[in-house]
Amino acid sequence: MNPAFSVIFLTTLIGVGQGLFLALYAAELGSAFELVPPQDSRSFFALGAALALGFLAAGLAASFFHLGRPERAWRAAARWRTSWLSREVIVLPAFMAAVLCYGAAHYLGLPATLMTGAVASVLCLALFVCTGMIYACIKFLQEWATPLTVVNYLLLGCASGFAFATPMAAATGNGLVVPLAAGAVMLSLAAWATRAAALARNRRIKPKSTVQTAIGIKHPRIAQKAQGFMCGSFNTREFFHGRGGQAMSLVKWGFIVLAFPAPVALIAAGTALASVPLLSAAFITQYLGLIAERWYFFAQANHPQNLYYQAIS
Amino acid sequence: MTQLALVIDLNVCVGCHACVTSCKEWNTSGVAGFLSDDRPYDRDPTGTFFNRVQTFEVGEYPDAQTVHFPKSCLHCEDPPCVPVCPTGASYKRAEDGIVLVDYDKCIGCKYCAWACPYGVREVDEHQKVMKKCTLCVDRIYDPALPEAERKPACVMACPTSARLYGDIHDPESVVSKAIREQGGYALMPEWGTQPANHYLPRRRTEMRIHKDELERADNPLKIDGLLPKPALKEPALDDVTSW
Repeated sequence: MNPAFSVIFLTTLIGVGQGLFLALYAAELGSAFELVPPQDSRSFFALGAALALGFLAAGLAASFFHLGRPERAWRAAARWRTSWLSREVIVLPAFMAAVLCYGAAHYLGLPATLMTGAVASVLCLALFVCTGMIYACIKFLQEWATPLTVVNYLLLGCASGFAFATPMAAATGNGLVVPLAAGAVMLSLAAWATRAAALARNRRIKPKSTVQTAIGIKHPRIAQKAQGFMCGSFNTREFFHGRGGQAMSLVKWGFIVLAFPAPVALIAAGTALASVPLLSAAFITQYLGLIAERWYFFAQANHPQNLYYQAIS
Repeated sequence: MTQLALVIDLNVCVGCHACVTSCKEWNTSGVAGFLSDDRPYDRDPTGTFFNRVQTFEVGEYPDAQTVHFPKSCLHCEDPPCVPVCPTGASYKRAEDGIVLVDYDKCIGCKYCAWACPYGVREVDEHQKVMKKCTLCVDRIYDPALPEAERKPACVMACPTSARLYGDIHDPESVVSKAIREQGGYALMPEWGTQPANHYLPRRRTEMRIHKDELERADNPLKIDGLLPKPALKEPALDDVTSW
């Protein structure tokens, strides 16, 4: 597939927003059970919810650049019974509304923030499932058709959200830096493990479709001689990224380093030194890594339609 | 239930692209709007087509065959492109099984193209909606056309009759008979999409000549079948005698 930056920014930005909200809610739950010190409603929870909302809105805005007809985007809520994309289109605004309520309740000092947060958390997890299933449900994109896709969206989003919450807690000067940093490190390590598992799985994939099944001729040697046109078409632009193996390998190792060990080291150093710049650098590093990760996720998927577009003439 | 479909005979297709141009001409002139082209007479031309003819070489020279392979929407009986559409713009008609896109509902998210293993959906770069073969739905039911012409434009255009059209759920239709009797098969059966369009395989073609095809049945002067008698002086194979 040819990676679309609109979708890369959509999925990574809403991942940060979702993870940030879950970090906030985890902090509130923790203080309710007296595991972590309680925080100020306005300067921590309301600010955090506003920032999470900002990430989600930025992701939503990015998604519109993917559409040919963005003015009709409202129609995308119609087929929630069958389409994971439609479900995401419903759940994302619902989650944003819940985060808004959660932040507003904290800002205005209203009760029942825990209940609001619980509803928002359910929507948050549902959104991770919807986003992951959009890719995992296409069975012939074999690189994506695995539960690991959903797990990776969940863990990568949560890790980046906790990585954002850590410098935020440090900047507002509260006592959550260590627990949030621990969460960010553990989630990053877990995401590292599952993403590596997905990479290992994809390395061994045997394509179910071959040029033999594509044109239905059972001969071991089939070579395309013409694809019906001399220059490009939608099929050659949308499904081929056109990068060589070296660039792919560079992006792969880039994201493996930037998204996992580098931020973990920076978070550890930043927590030990209580340094906001180091913790912020950890988030920025991880976010850049996640952009590369998402680019690789799309580029690695080998669409069976490519079997029909192997040679120009 | 009806399932309209094409059956394409790879044994007959000569790769002339008449179906491609006829399809483009008909579908760029219809009420649904044009099929846009960019730089058609310039460097790097591109455009939206419903139908493409590709060419494959099967085997290795000198034991090779050239196979021309027309490819358009297969109108799957279980189309994977339809349930993924978030707006319902992509749909399969219950009455005749044609998979269509409602261009007024499509938001151009391209998800259906991702969900089609055959790569037969193409975005129109100017109308910004997904387009695909309609099986000439605006031809096949048009009462203004003579009944014999109520067929897809590609079928009408094919000079070798490599494209058959009909209802594959009717066991007596020409397409059902062709699939049944000439080994019709579906593309990428591994995904369970049950394509309605089928392909007929290449076959060994043998020439069978019967005696009555060489000699006229009535043979009035009884001269058919007689070999020409060489003149006395003409050279013969053995240079000795020709009589």
